[in-house]
Amino acid sequence: MNIDNIKKEFPIFNNKIQNNDLVYLDSANSSQKPLVVVDRIYDFYTKEFSNVGRSVHYLAVAATNLYENTRVAVQKYINAKDKNEIVFTKGATEAINLVANTFGQKYLKDGDEVLLTELEHHSNYVPWHYLRKTKKVKITFAEIDEFGDISLESIEKKITNKTKIIALTHLSNVTGAILPIKEIIELAHSKGIPVLVDGCQSAPHMKMDMQDLDCDFYAISCHKMYGPTGLGVLYAKKKWLEDLPPYQGGGGMINEVKKNDISYGELPNKFEAGTMATAQVIAFNESINFLNKIGIENIVKHEDELLKYGEEVLRKNNSVKLIGNPKNKGAVLSFTIDGIHPHDIATILDEDGVAIRAGHHCCQILHDKLGLTASARASLGVYNSKHDLDKLNESINNCKKIFNK
Amino acid sequence: MNLKELYQEIILDHGKNPRNLGKFENFNKDAKGHNPLCGDKVHLFLKLDENKKVNDISFEGEGCAISMASASIMTDLIKGKNENEVKEIIEKFLDMIKEKDDINTNLLKDDEKIKLMSLGGVKNYPMRVKCATLSWHALSSALNDFQKEISTE
Repeated sequence: MNIDNIKKEFPIFNNKIQNNDLVYLDSANSSQKPLVVVDRIYDFYTKEFSNVGRSVHYLAVAATNLYENTRVAVQKYINAKDKNEIVFTKGATEAINLVANTFGQKYLKDGDEVLLTELEHHSNYVPWHYLRKTKKVKITFAEIDEFGDISLESIEKKITNKTKIIALTHLSNVTGAILPIKEIIELAHSKGIPVLVDGCQSAPHMKMDMQDLDCDFYAISCHKMYGPTGLGVLYAKKKWLEDLPPYQGGGGMINEVKKNDISYGELPNKFEAGTMATAQVIAFNESINFLNKIGIENIVKHEDELLKYGEEVLRKNNSVKLIGNPKNKGAVLSFTIDGIHPHDIATILDEDGVAIRAGHHCCQILHDKLGLTASARASLGVYNSKHDLDKLNESINNCKKIFNK
Repeated sequence: MNLKELYQEIILDHGKNPRNLGKFENFNKDAKGHNPLCGDKVHLFLKLDENKKVNDISFEGEGCAISMASASIMTDLIKGKNENEVKEIIEKFLDMIKEKDDINTNLLKDDEKIKLMSLGGVKNYPMRVKCATLSWHALSSALNDFQKEISTE
């Protein structure tokens, strides 16, 4: 599958959006869906639907197999050791909540520290914040440097003998910084500290290898990987999934239920209570197929070229200020324009069919640190082209004209 | 209503050079507004006299052209009005922003209504309605002495 004409795989680009060709630059928020994924959902509901893991009739068995096939596909895609290290959740947010809640319950006590970074998305801060109230846990933040980057040293500086877990992003959704995760994990493990990685932004854009990274937990958002909404993946080392208590109780996660006691099911059922997002899980297999057909090396090369081109174009545009200049950068171009609020930029760009995001991108801590209330962000996906970035620039010029800049 | 009408001169003017910006001394009522989605913030200061007339009003804030223009125009128009009049203007303005084509009140002159109606363009941009109404909700909570910071979420 050739990445240069990959746009044709995505039906949304066949439609005019308010009479414009769509220039979609909001993939860090959520990616568009290839037809194979949409078709898979339709086919499952029209031809194959049943709940999974319970009944023994034909459809139930077939659906269960399809569901479990995706687990194996994810395992292979991220090179996890065991398929039972893959837990489906309703999103990366739930994956992080699961770890914060169960790890917190079992291992954290008064005065213990959870180390995050200033780059974190709210979904990797708020779940830990709850532990401040319930467990009197202290939350510390590794600080960004002037380039919007987190170095190994900035992490090392904040580790104390009270640090019980480190939770941090692999790729910042604002500055685009790709963190030296492997080195950070090595350092943390040398001090006996487990690491949770928020992989929402990295998973669609980088090669994933859980065994090589050796992380303890890795959270993935499927709708950012050309997959359905309502689905996330928690990768966790088997020892943790065996060790931690269940997160939610309900059907499907139990072994034996008596009036005076309950025993829990084996992995991965222990963490998948209730009827799961079955159609989404089954369709996500197609997203992985799709990514594999293009090849992650080709995706990395394509997006890196686009990122460099986008940076070059925007740097030449007077009054556009790029946010963050990290050593290793992925698929994100955040910027401000002097005298024009990001929300006004986004509304005006939208009129030209250019879809970007404006606001704090769920990173208020980072925006406070940068002295900004909001920023504009163009983010890339496999379907983008240099033409899209030219349109972005053209539309920014139109915006400046309206504001007489 | 198209984009040009949304970003017409009057909004750009008030957005860039907001009137009544900055805190003044001896205010006796104030309220904060915050839009958590975009980070827009406004802090309103009012001085009501013994007859509950707005003697002075100003605001501090950060936000997009729409939210700044709305606060600027609002503070200009309600100066000198009494509490009940202000409440009616708030109600009629919010009606106009949400659904109506007109501002149905005798409390404002035609040119004042035209200024407010320049903000009516946000009707077609649902995500931006909150920008236009933020300072108005803050004004309402200042008059009602709500202690909690209002949020347009």
